[in-house]
Amino acid sequence: MIDKTFPDVEAAIAGIDDGSTVMIGGFGRAGQPVELIDALIAHGASDLTIVNNNAGNGDTGLAALLAKKRVRKIICSFPRQHDSWVFDGLYRAGEIELELVPQGNLAERIRAAGAGIGAFFSPTGVGTSLAEGKEAREIDGRQYVLEYPIRADFALVSALKGDRWGNLVFRETARNFGPIMATAATTTIAQVDEIVPLGSLDPESVVTPGIFVNRVVAVGARRWLDEGVFVGGVDIEGRPVDARAANTTEVDQ
Amino acid sequence: MTRISREDLARRIAADIPEGSYVNLGIGAPTLVANYLPEDQEIILHTENGLLGMGPAPAADRVDPDLINAGKQPVTALAGAAYFHHADSFAMMRGGHLDVCVLGAFQVSQTGDLANWSTGAPGAIPAVGGAMDLAIGAKQVFVMTDLLTKQGESKLVAACTYPLTGVGCVTRIYTDHAIFDVTPDGFAVREAFGDNTVHSLSELTGLTLIAPEEA
Repeated sequence: MIDKTFPDVEAAIAGIDDGSTVMIGGFGRAGQPVELIDALIAHGASDLTIVNNNAGNGDTGLAALLAKKRVRKIICSFPRQHDSWVFDGLYRAGEIELELVPQGNLAERIRAAGAGIGAFFSPTGVGTSLAEGKEAREIDGRQYVLEYPIRADFALVSALKGDRWGNLVFRETARNFGPIMATAATTTIAQVDEIVPLGSLDPESVVTPGIFVNRVVAVGARRWLDEGVFVGGVDIEGRPVDARAANTTEVDQ
Repeated sequence: MTRISREDLARRIAADIPEGSYVNLGIGAPTLVANYLPEDQEIILHTENGLLGMGPAPAADRVDPDLINAGKQPVTALAGAAYFHHADSFAMMRGGHLDVCVLGAFQVSQTGDLANWSTGAPGAIPAVGGAMDLAIGAKQVFVMTDLLTKQGESKLVAACTYPLTGVGCVTRIYTDHAIFDVTPDGFAVREAFGDNTVHSLSELTGLTLIAPEEA
């Protein structure tokens, strides 16, 4: 019997050593596997290379991992945001290395790793400072630059539901990098709201087939869902609206 | 010289987007265009974090942290919407499937080069996001911007001095003074607002401009 489920997040993240490359899903806060990140912080691994679209928001999740100075290098497209003060401080102090990648090249480099592609020519970034030093080629009259895959030792992703074979379904725009990161790591660890019995996910609707997932751990329902139905009552950070008024005026990419 | 408001400019851009178009609106001022898309037409908005069929912001008590736009603001999904992962989303952009994108700019050159991601200031933390993919991907790349900086310098230039986002990618620029097309011979004035003329616009930009009847 195949059973990829783990009893708790501590067990699920076991084996992440110092110096590992870890992909972390999410676009800003949406789809960020906060419970797995918190377990990684408690686990203590350091000298990590992190792959994420951003470089942390506020003081929780990825930002908290950065604040503990566990991250040597971050590969991302958009580190600077209104609430990226943890990264900003480390970067200005020279305490973290940044590899800035255009978002589409970041996604495709991750996809390429998972798909067994050795490298690919991308039109994105041609003629810009982010393509400096890269091999260029003209194909059918258009300019491209050579981009290499990004692989990881581990991927931490957040999904809505999973089963013991590792099949995953996501929710809305919290899907973002999760499905491609799941394909690009030696060990993919998925936190899900709920582990459902085998057969209860519609095979036509499975987004990430279980072959890409090694470990699944349930972390409980997100606050804005009740029995799977959206009930609202939270701000954009998922806090009850009574506790603090929603702040949605700041704009990042 | 006449300067139209951001809202009027957003309305003007919206009027130029045909029904059935797939459109990405960049962060900042371009998002205003969504407010003026005709309600009786179907124009599908794409957001690069994985949604086609993006709707307006929700009511305050219906904010869904899982449903955001590229600016990380809460949005809604219209009937007929679709979610997808990041590689598919950027395939839509890079693969030329979007009809129009509307972007902000620091500078646009007369050959259509765009600079909108970095001023190159020393010490600034760089962040590019999806700007470079958007700039080279859509069939038509519209820029929405003031013609002049706060210091009075033209954002339309012979050659960009800020770091480039994309080369030869901009097709049209909507400014508060006039609308310009990028042509093989340089900027052509497509429409001058109010008392702006090709002559006055040439003086403001310091560039030789092509008059509408010559374009």
